[in-house]
Amino acid sequence: MAQNSLTDFQKKIVVIGGSAGSLQVILHILTYLRPDLNIPVVIILHRKNDSDSSLSQLMGLRTSLPVKEADDKEAILPGHIYLAPADYHLLIETDGYFSLDDSEKINFSRPSIDVTFQTAAEAYGAGVTGILLSGANADGVEGLEIIKSLKGIIAVQDPKTAQVPYMPQHAVDSLPVDHLLTIEQIPGFINRL
Amino acid sequence: MDTPVGEQEIKLLLNDLIELYGYDFTDYAKASLKRRINRLFTLDRFPSFAEFRYRLCNDADYAKRFVEQLTVNVTEMFRDPKFYQNLREHVLPVLATYPFIRIWHAGCSTGEEVFSMAILLKEANLLHKSLLYATDLNSQVLQKATTGIFPMSQMKQYSENYIAAGGKEDFSRYYTASYNVVKFDEELSQRMVFSTHNLVSESSFNQFQLIMCRNVLIYFEKELQGRVFALFDDSLENLGFLALGSKETLKLSPIISKYRQEGKEKIWRKIH
Repeated sequence: MAQNSLTDFQKKIVVIGGSAGSLQVILHILTYLRPDLNIPVVIILHRKNDSDSSLSQLMGLRTSLPVKEADDKEAILPGHIYLAPADYHLLIETDGYFSLDDSEKINFSRPSIDVTFQTAAEAYGAGVTGILLSGANADGVEGLEIIKSLKGIIAVQDPKTAQVPYMPQHAVDSLPVDHLLTIEQIPGFINRL
Repeated sequence: MDTPVGEQEIKLLLNDLIELYGYDFTDYAKASLKRRINRLFTLDRFPSFAEFRYRLCNDADYAKRFVEQLTVNVTEMFRDPKFYQNLREHVLPVLATYPFIRIWHAGCSTGEEVFSMAILLKEANLLHKSLLYATDLNSQVLQKATTGIFPMSQMKQYSENYIAAGGKEDFSRYYTASYNVVKFDEELSQRMVFSTHNLVSESSFNQFQLIMCRNVLIYFEKELQGRVFALFDDSLENLGFLALGSKETLKLSPIISKYRQEGKEKIWRKIH
Protein backbone atom coordinates (compact mmCIF):
# COMPACT_ATOMS: atom_id res chain seq x y z
CA MET A 1 0.00 0.00 0.00
CA ALA A 2 2.79 2.40 0.93
CA GLN A 3 4.16 2.53 -2.62
CA ASN A 4 0.76 3.76 -3.81
CA SER A 5 0.85 6.63 -1.41
CA LEU A 6 1.14 10.05 -2.96
CA THR A 7 3.78 11.03 -0.45
CA ASP A 8 6.28 8.91 -2.37
CA PHE A 9 5.85 11.12 -5.40
CA GLN A 10 6.46 14.24 -3.30
CA LYS A 11 3.27 15.76 -4.59
CA LYS A 12 2.21 19.02 -3.07
CA ILE A 13 -1.08 20.46 -1.95
CA VAL A 14 -2.11 23.67 -0.17
CA VAL A 15 -5.00 23.54 2.29
CA ILE A 16 -6.40 26.81 3.62
CA GLY A 17 -8.90 27.03 6.47
CA GLY A 18 -10.80 30.13 7.51
CA SER A 19 -13.79 31.23 9.51
CA ALA A 20 -15.17 34.64 10.52
CA GLY A 21 -13.26 37.44 8.80
CA SER A 22 -11.42 35.24 6.32
CA LEU A 23 -13.39 35.71 3.10
CA GLN A 24 -11.65 38.99 2.27
CA VAL A 25 -8.28 37.35 2.93
CA ILE A 26 -9.12 34.48 0.60
CA LEU A 27 -10.24 36.87 -2.13
CA HIS A 28 -6.94 38.75 -1.72
CA ILE A 29 -4.96 35.51 -1.97
CA LEU A 30 -6.78 34.44 -5.13
CA THR A 31 -6.18 37.82 -6.76
CA TYR A 32 -2.41 37.46 -6.47
CA LEU A 33 -1.88 33.74 -7.12
CA ARG A 34 0.29 33.27 -10.16
CA PRO A 35 -1.68 32.06 -13.18
CA ASP A 36 0.74 29.18 -13.77
CA LEU A 37 0.51 27.84 -10.21
CA ASN A 38 1.22 24.12 -10.37
CA ILE A 39 -0.26 22.83 -7.11
CA PRO A 40 -3.86 22.29 -6.04
CA VAL A 41 -5.31 24.69 -3.46
CA VAL A 42 -8.16 23.50 -1.24
CA ILE A 43 -10.16 26.09 0.72
CA ILE A 44 -12.33 25.26 3.71
CA LEU A 45 -14.44 28.19 4.73
CA HIS A 46 -17.04 28.10 7.48
CA ARG A 47 -20.28 29.45 6.11
CA LYS A 48 -24.03 29.13 6.18
CA ASN A 49 -25.63 25.97 4.87
CA ASP A 50 -26.92 27.46 1.65
CA SER A 51 -25.98 24.96 -1.00
CA ASP A 52 -25.86 27.43 -3.89
CA SER A 53 -22.50 27.89 -5.52
CA SER A 54 -22.37 31.70 -5.60
CA LEU A 55 -19.30 31.74 -3.34
CA SER A 56 -17.17 29.76 -5.79
CA GLN A 57 -18.38 32.05 -8.57
CA LEU A 58 -17.37 35.09 -6.55
CA MET A 59 -13.95 33.52 -5.94
CA GLY A 60 -13.61 32.64 -9.61
CA LEU A 61 -13.79 36.32 -10.56
CA ARG A 62 -10.49 36.96 -8.76
CA THR A 63 -8.23 34.53 -10.59
CA SER A 64 -7.70 32.96 -13.98
CA LEU A 65 -7.10 29.60 -12.28
CA PRO A 66 -10.13 27.28 -12.38
CA VAL A 67 -12.21 27.58 -9.18
CA LYS A 68 -14.94 25.11 -8.24
CA GLU A 69 -16.69 23.40 -5.38
CA ALA A 70 -15.15 19.98 -4.85
CA ASP A 71 -17.33 17.09 -6.02
CA ASP A 72 -17.45 13.65 -4.49
CA LYS A 73 -14.72 11.35 -5.95
CA GLU A 74 -13.31 14.18 -8.05
CA ALA A 75 -9.62 13.87 -8.98
CA ILE A 76 -7.44 16.59 -7.41
CA LEU A 77 -5.61 18.48 -10.17
CA PRO A 78 -2.65 20.86 -9.92
CA GLY A 79 -3.42 24.52 -10.50
CA HIS A 80 -7.06 24.08 -9.54
CA ILE A 81 -8.73 25.89 -6.64
CA TYR A 82 -11.29 23.78 -4.78
CA LEU A 83 -13.82 25.02 -2.24
CA ALA A 84 -15.36 22.66 0.33
CA PRO A 85 -19.12 22.50 -0.33
CA ALA A 86 -21.49 23.78 2.37
CA ASP A 87 -22.76 21.21 4.87
CA TYR A 88 -20.27 18.43 4.01
CA HIS A 89 -16.87 17.51 5.35
CA LEU A 90 -14.29 17.41 2.57
CA LEU A 91 -11.85 14.50 2.81
CA ILE A 92 -8.74 13.79 0.77
CA GLU A 93 -8.14 10.17 -0.20
CA THR A 94 -4.66 8.67 -0.53
CA ASP A 95 -5.07 8.09 -4.29
CA GLY A 96 -5.46 11.82 -4.91
CA TYR A 97 -9.17 12.43 -5.05
CA PHE A 98 -11.82 14.00 -2.83
CA SER A 99 -14.62 12.31 -0.99
CA LEU A 100 -17.45 13.93 0.93
CA ASP A 101 -18.89 13.00 4.27
CA ASP A 102 -22.03 14.33 5.98
CA SER A 103 -21.24 12.96 9.44
CA GLU A 104 -21.58 14.93 12.69
CA LYS A 105 -20.34 18.52 12.89
CA ILE A 106 -16.90 18.98 14.42
CA ASN A 107 -16.17 22.14 16.42
CA PHE A 108 -19.74 23.11 15.49
CA SER A 109 -18.66 23.10 11.87
CA ARG A 110 -19.34 21.19 8.69
CA PRO A 111 -17.15 21.50 6.70
CA SER A 112 -14.56 21.13 9.43
CA ILE A 113 -11.07 22.47 8.76
CA ASP A 114 -9.56 19.76 11.00
CA VAL A 115 -11.04 16.96 8.86
CA THR A 116 -9.59 18.25 5.59
CA PHE A 117 -6.24 19.14 7.18
CA GLN A 118 -5.90 15.71 8.78
CA THR A 119 -6.82 13.71 5.67
CA ALA A 120 -4.58 15.94 3.52
CA ALA A 121 -1.70 15.18 5.89
CA GLU A 122 -2.37 11.44 5.75
CA ALA A 123 -2.55 11.46 1.95
CA TYR A 124 0.21 13.97 1.02
CA GLY A 125 2.51 13.83 4.08
CA ALA A 126 5.42 16.26 3.74
CA GLY A 127 3.84 17.72 0.60
CA VAL A 128 1.15 19.53 2.55
CA THR A 129 1.16 23.21 3.40
CA GLY A 130 -1.63 24.14 5.80
CA ILE A 131 -2.62 27.77 6.28
CA LEU A 132 -5.02 28.91 9.00
CA LEU A 133 -6.73 32.29 8.69
CA SER A 134 -8.96 34.59 10.73
CA GLY A 135 -11.77 33.08 12.80
CA ALA A 136 -13.55 32.78 16.14
CA ASN A 137 -13.51 28.98 16.27
CA ALA A 138 -11.09 26.35 17.61
CA ASP A 139 -11.29 24.44 14.32
CA GLY A 140 -8.08 23.90 12.35
CA VAL A 141 -5.51 23.85 15.16
CA GLU A 142 -5.60 20.09 15.64
CA GLY A 143 -5.43 19.66 11.87
CA LEU A 144 -2.33 21.87 11.72
CA GLU A 145 -0.76 19.79 14.47
CA ILE A 146 -1.28 16.61 12.44
CA ILE A 147 0.13 18.24 9.30
CA LYS A 148 3.20 19.23 11.31
CA SER A 149 3.60 15.76 12.81
CA LEU A 150 3.56 14.22 9.33
CA LYS A 151 6.32 16.62 8.19
CA GLY A 152 4.18 19.16 6.38
CA ILE A 153 4.54 22.96 6.58
CA ILE A 154 2.20 25.01 8.75
CA ALA A 155 1.52 28.71 8.34
CA VAL A 156 -0.84 31.05 10.14
CA GLN A 157 -2.23 34.47 9.34
CA ASP A 158 -0.59 36.94 11.73
CA PRO A 159 -3.30 37.42 14.38
CA LYS A 160 -2.49 41.16 14.39
CA THR A 161 -3.78 41.33 10.81
CA ALA A 162 -6.81 39.13 11.44
CA GLN A 163 -10.28 40.62 11.70
CA VAL A 164 -11.04 37.89 14.27
CA PRO A 165 -7.71 36.81 15.79
CA TYR A 166 -8.95 33.94 18.02
CA MET A 167 -8.33 31.06 15.60
CA PRO A 168 -4.83 32.02 14.38
CA GLN A 169 -3.83 33.14 17.89
CA HIS A 170 -4.84 29.75 19.27
CA ALA A 171 -2.59 28.09 16.68
CA VAL A 172 0.36 30.39 17.47
CA ASP A 173 -0.04 29.75 21.21
CA SER A 174 -0.15 25.96 20.95
CA LEU A 175 2.01 24.98 17.96
CA PRO A 176 5.51 25.58 16.54
CA VAL A 177 4.20 27.47 13.53
CA ASP A 178 6.66 27.59 10.58
CA HIS A 179 5.44 30.86 9.06
CA LEU A 180 3.52 33.79 10.47
CA LEU A 181 2.21 35.77 7.50
CA THR A 182 0.48 39.09 6.94
CA ILE A 183 -2.41 39.11 4.47
CA GLU A 184 -0.12 40.63 1.81
CA GLN A 185 2.52 37.93 2.29
CA ILE A 186 0.24 34.92 1.86
CA PRO A 187 -0.15 34.83 -1.95
CA GLY A 188 3.62 35.22 -2.49
CA PHE A 189 4.24 32.45 0.03
CA ILE A 190 1.98 30.08 -1.93
CA ASN A 191 3.44 31.18 -5.28
CA ARG A 192 6.93 30.15 -4.10
CA LEU A 193 5.97 26.68 -2.80
CA MET B 1 0.67 11.62 16.13
CA ASP B 2 -0.62 9.11 13.64
CA THR B 3 -4.11 7.71 14.22
CA PRO B 4 -4.24 4.71 16.58
CA VAL B 5 -5.86 2.47 13.98
CA GLY B 6 -3.87 2.64 10.74
CA GLU B 7 -4.54 1.29 7.26
CA GLN B 8 -3.19 -2.21 7.89
CA GLU B 9 -5.23 -2.59 11.08
CA ILE B 10 -8.36 -1.40 9.28
CA LYS B 11 -7.86 -4.13 6.68
CA LEU B 12 -7.80 -6.72 9.46
CA LEU B 13 -11.00 -5.39 11.02
CA LEU B 14 -12.83 -5.27 7.70
CA ASN B 15 -11.79 -8.85 6.99
CA ASP B 16 -13.06 -9.98 10.39
CA LEU B 17 -16.33 -8.23 9.72
CA ILE B 18 -16.84 -10.10 6.44
CA GLU B 19 -15.80 -13.49 7.73
CA LEU B 20 -17.62 -13.41 11.05
CA TYR B 21 -20.64 -11.24 10.38
CA GLY B 22 -21.09 -10.97 6.60
CA TYR B 23 -20.79 -7.16 6.36
CA ASP B 24 -18.53 -5.99 3.55
CA PHE B 25 -17.06 -2.51 4.00
CA THR B 26 -13.96 -3.06 1.85
CA ASP B 27 -15.17 -0.82 -0.98
CA TYR B 28 -16.19 2.06 1.25
CA ALA B 29 -14.23 5.32 0.79
CA LYS B 30 -11.13 4.92 2.93
CA ALA B 31 -10.58 8.36 4.48
CA SER B 32 -14.06 8.51 5.98
CA LEU B 33 -13.94 4.88 7.13
CA LYS B 34 -10.63 5.51 8.87
CA ARG B 35 -12.11 8.48 10.69
CA ARG B 36 -15.18 6.50 11.78
CA ILE B 37 -13.12 3.59 13.07
CA ASN B 38 -10.70 5.81 14.96
CA ARG B 39 -13.59 7.80 16.38
CA LEU B 40 -15.15 4.60 17.73
CA PHE B 41 -11.81 3.38 19.11
CA THR B 42 -11.45 6.63 21.07
CA LEU B 43 -15.12 6.81 22.06
CA ASP B 44 -15.09 3.30 23.54
CA ARG B 45 -11.72 3.86 25.25
CA PHE B 46 -9.88 0.78 24.06
CA PRO B 47 -6.38 0.58 25.53
CA SER B 48 -4.99 -1.13 22.44
CA PHE B 49 -5.85 -2.22 18.92
CA ALA B 50 -5.60 -5.88 19.98
CA GLU B 51 -8.40 -5.39 22.52
CA PHE B 52 -10.50 -3.52 20.00
CA ARG B 53 -10.16 -6.37 17.53
CA TYR B 54 -10.74 -9.05 20.16
CA ARG B 55 -14.00 -7.39 21.20
CA LEU B 56 -15.19 -7.09 17.62
CA CYS B 57 -14.45 -10.76 16.93
CA ASN B 58 -15.89 -12.20 20.12
CA ASP B 59 -18.88 -10.05 20.95
CA ALA B 60 -21.73 -10.09 18.41
CA ASP B 61 -23.50 -7.22 20.16
CA TYR B 62 -20.38 -5.12 19.88
CA ALA B 63 -20.17 -5.99 16.18
CA LYS B 64 -23.66 -4.50 15.79
CA ARG B 65 -22.47 -1.33 17.47
CA PHE B 66 -19.36 -1.32 15.26
CA VAL B 67 -21.47 -1.50 12.08
CA GLU B 68 -23.87 1.14 13.37
CA GLN B 69 -21.03 3.50 14.22
CA LEU B 70 -19.20 2.90 10.94
CA THR B 71 -22.17 4.09 8.95
CA VAL B 72 -23.16 7.72 9.15
CA ASN B 73 -26.71 8.20 10.38
CA VAL B 74 -26.99 11.95 10.19
CA THR B 75 -30.24 12.93 8.48
CA GLU B 76 -33.05 15.46 8.74
CA MET B 77 -36.57 16.08 7.45
CA PHE B 78 -36.86 18.05 4.21
CA ARG B 79 -33.08 18.39 3.97
CA ASP B 80 -32.30 20.65 0.98
CA PRO B 81 -35.81 22.17 0.77
CA LYS B 82 -35.45 23.06 -2.92
CA PHE B 83 -35.00 19.38 -3.69
CA TYR B 84 -38.31 18.56 -1.99
CA GLN B 85 -40.01 21.46 -3.70
CA ASN B 86 -38.84 19.99 -6.99
CA LEU B 87 -40.22 16.57 -6.05
CA ARG B 88 -43.53 18.14 -5.15
CA GLU B 89 -43.85 20.21 -8.29
CA HIS B 90 -42.29 18.00 -10.96
CA VAL B 91 -42.06 14.38 -9.84
CA LEU B 92 -45.30 13.80 -7.88
CA PRO B 93 -47.55 14.96 -10.75
CA VAL B 94 -45.97 12.21 -12.90
CA LEU B 95 -46.29 9.60 -10.16
CA ALA B 96 -49.94 10.61 -9.76
CA THR B 97 -50.71 9.10 -13.17
CA TYR B 98 -49.90 5.58 -11.91
CA PRO B 99 -52.63 3.46 -10.29
CA PHE B 100 -50.15 2.37 -7.63
CA ILE B 101 -46.92 4.10 -6.57
CA ARG B 102 -43.84 2.28 -5.27
CA ILE B 103 -40.96 4.29 -3.80
CA TRP B 104 -37.68 2.92 -2.44
CA HIS B 105 -35.71 4.85 0.16
CA ALA B 106 -32.32 3.11 -0.02
CA GLY B 107 -30.19 3.78 3.07
CA CYS B 108 -33.07 5.43 4.92
CA SER B 109 -31.29 5.60 8.31
CA THR B 110 -33.67 6.77 11.06
CA GLY B 111 -36.46 7.55 8.59
CA GLU B 112 -36.65 11.36 8.46
CA GLU B 113 -36.68 11.39 4.66
CA VAL B 114 -39.35 8.68 4.47
CA PHE B 115 -41.67 10.71 6.69
CA SER B 116 -40.93 13.82 4.62
CA MET B 117 -41.95 11.92 1.50
CA ALA B 118 -45.10 10.59 3.16
CA ILE B 119 -46.11 14.16 4.01
CA LEU B 120 -45.57 15.27 0.41
CA LEU B 121 -47.65 12.32 -0.84
CA LYS B 122 -50.42 13.01 1.62
CA GLU B 123 -50.62 16.66 0.57
CA ALA B 124 -50.79 15.58 -3.08
CA ASN B 125 -53.56 13.15 -2.12
CA LEU B 126 -51.41 10.21 -3.26
CA LEU B 127 -50.47 8.57 0.02
CA HIS B 128 -53.40 6.11 -0.01
CA LYS B 129 -52.15 4.53 -3.25
CA SER B 130 -48.42 4.60 -2.39
CA LEU B 131 -46.06 2.20 -0.68
CA LEU B 132 -42.74 3.45 0.69
CA TYR B 133 -40.09 0.76 1.01
CA ALA B 134 -37.45 1.97 3.43
CA THR B 135 -34.25 -0.03 3.76
CA ASP B 136 -30.96 0.24 5.58
CA LEU B 137 -28.22 -2.23 6.44
CA ASN B 138 -28.62 -1.34 10.12
CA SER B 139 -31.51 -2.95 11.97
CA GLN B 140 -31.12 -0.55 14.92
CA VAL B 141 -31.77 2.59 12.90
CA LEU B 142 -34.73 0.90 11.20
CA GLN B 143 -36.26 0.18 14.59
CA LYS B 144 -36.07 3.88 15.37
CA ALA B 145 -37.55 4.74 11.99
CA THR B 146 -40.49 2.38 12.53
CA THR B 147 -41.59 4.21 15.67
CA GLY B 148 -42.01 7.56 13.91
CA ILE B 149 -40.70 9.22 17.07
CA PHE B 150 -38.26 12.10 16.71
CA PRO B 151 -36.74 14.65 19.12
CA MET B 152 -38.84 17.75 19.77
CA SER B 153 -35.68 19.84 19.59
CA GLN B 154 -35.47 19.24 15.80
CA MET B 155 -39.01 20.38 14.98
CA LYS B 156 -38.25 24.07 14.58
CA GLN B 157 -35.62 23.32 11.93
CA TYR B 158 -37.81 20.72 10.21
CA SER B 159 -40.77 23.08 10.17
CA GLU B 160 -38.60 25.77 8.54
CA ASN B 161 -37.35 23.26 5.98
CA TYR B 162 -40.92 22.16 5.28
CA ILE B 163 -42.05 25.73 4.63
CA ALA B 164 -38.98 26.44 2.46
CA ALA B 165 -39.92 23.32 0.47
CA GLY B 166 -43.32 24.86 -0.35
CA GLY B 167 -45.29 23.36 2.56
CA LYS B 168 -48.50 25.27 3.24
CA GLU B 169 -49.82 23.55 6.34
CA ASP B 170 -48.99 24.02 9.98
CA PHE B 171 -46.21 21.43 10.29
CA SER B 172 -47.22 20.51 13.84
CA ARG B 173 -50.50 19.02 12.57
CA TYR B 174 -48.50 15.96 11.48
CA TYR B 175 -47.31 14.96 14.94
CA THR B 176 -48.29 14.73 18.58
CA ALA B 177 -45.82 16.16 21.08
CA SER B 178 -45.09 14.49 24.35
CA TYR B 179 -42.37 15.88 26.62
CA ASN B 180 -39.21 16.12 24.55
CA VAL B 181 -40.28 13.91 21.65
CA VAL B 182 -42.91 13.95 18.94
CA LYS B 183 -44.69 11.04 17.30
CA PHE B 184 -45.74 11.37 13.68
CA ASP B 185 -49.27 10.30 12.71
CA GLU B 186 -49.77 6.62 12.03
CA GLU B 187 -51.57 7.56 8.86
CA LEU B 188 -48.10 8.40 7.49
CA SER B 189 -46.32 5.28 8.71
CA GLN B 190 -49.12 2.92 7.63
CA ARG B 191 -47.86 3.16 4.05
CA MET B 192 -44.23 2.35 4.97
CA VAL B 193 -42.46 -1.00 4.87
CA PHE B 194 -39.14 -1.17 6.73
CA SER B 195 -36.60 -3.88 6.02
CA THR B 196 -32.85 -4.47 6.22
CA HIS B 197 -31.10 -4.45 2.86
CA ASN B 198 -27.40 -4.14 2.14
CA LEU B 199 -26.66 -2.25 -1.08
CA VAL B 200 -23.20 -3.82 -1.20
CA SER B 201 -24.23 -7.46 -1.19
CA GLU B 202 -27.95 -7.81 -1.94
CA SER B 203 -29.84 -7.63 -5.20
CA SER B 204 -32.94 -5.93 -6.54
CA PHE B 205 -36.18 -6.91 -4.77
CA ASN B 206 -38.90 -4.99 -6.58
CA GLN B 207 -39.65 -2.47 -9.31
CA PHE B 208 -40.10 1.18 -8.38
CA GLN B 209 -41.15 4.45 -9.97
CA LEU B 210 -38.91 6.48 -7.66
CA ILE B 211 -35.71 5.53 -5.85
CA MET B 212 -34.33 7.94 -3.25
CA CYS B 213 -30.74 7.40 -2.16
CA ARG B 214 -29.33 10.60 -0.75
CA ASN B 215 -25.89 10.97 0.82
CA VAL B 216 -25.25 7.25 0.89
CA LEU B 217 -23.08 6.85 -2.21
CA ILE B 218 -20.55 9.43 -1.03
CA TYR B 219 -19.33 6.78 1.42
CA PHE B 220 -18.55 4.33 -1.38
CA GLU B 221 -15.56 4.12 -3.68
CA LYS B 222 -16.25 4.78 -7.33
CA GLU B 223 -16.40 1.14 -8.41
CA LEU B 224 -18.94 0.28 -5.71
CA GLN B 225 -20.94 3.36 -6.67
CA GLY B 226 -21.11 1.91 -10.18
CA ARG B 227 -22.37 -1.45 -8.90
CA VAL B 228 -25.06 0.26 -6.82
CA PHE B 229 -26.15 2.36 -9.81
CA ALA B 230 -26.59 -0.89 -11.76
CA LEU B 231 -28.71 -2.25 -8.90
CA PHE B 232 -30.88 0.88 -8.99
CA ASP B 233 -31.18 0.61 -12.75
CA ASP B 234 -32.42 -2.99 -12.33
CA SER B 235 -34.95 -1.79 -9.76
CA LEU B 236 -36.33 1.19 -11.63
CA GLU B 237 -39.23 1.01 -14.07
CA ASN B 238 -38.84 2.70 -17.42
CA LEU B 239 -39.58 6.44 -16.99
CA GLY B 240 -38.92 6.10 -13.25
CA PHE B 241 -36.92 8.63 -11.23
CA LEU B 242 -33.63 8.32 -9.33
CA ALA B 243 -32.95 11.00 -6.70
CA LEU B 244 -29.47 11.50 -5.19
CA GLY B 245 -27.88 13.82 -2.61
CA SER B 246 -26.95 17.37 -3.55
CA LYS B 247 -23.28 16.52 -4.23
CA GLU B 248 -23.81 13.12 -5.84
CA THR B 249 -24.01 12.53 -9.57
CA LEU B 250 -24.89 9.86 -12.09
CA LYS B 251 -22.70 11.61 -14.68
CA LEU B 252 -19.65 9.38 -14.40
CA SER B 253 -21.60 6.14 -14.24
CA PRO B 254 -21.97 3.70 -17.16
CA ILE B 255 -25.79 3.82 -16.93
CA ILE B 256 -25.91 7.58 -17.59
CA SER B 257 -26.78 7.06 -21.28
CA LYS B 258 -30.19 5.69 -20.24
CA TYR B 259 -30.97 8.69 -18.03
CA ARG B 260 -31.77 12.37 -18.36
CA GLN B 261 -31.32 14.89 -15.55
CA GLU B 262 -34.55 16.71 -14.68
CA GLY B 263 -33.94 20.34 -13.82
CA LYS B 264 -31.21 21.61 -11.52
CA GLU B 265 -31.71 19.19 -8.64
CA LYS B 266 -30.03 15.76 -8.53
CA ILE B 267 -33.01 13.94 -10.03
CA TRP B 268 -32.60 11.70 -13.08
CA ARG B 269 -35.28 10.04 -15.19
CA LYS B 270 -34.84 6.69 -16.89
CA ILE B 271 -35.65 7.33 -20.54
CA HIS B 272 -34.50 4.11 -22.29
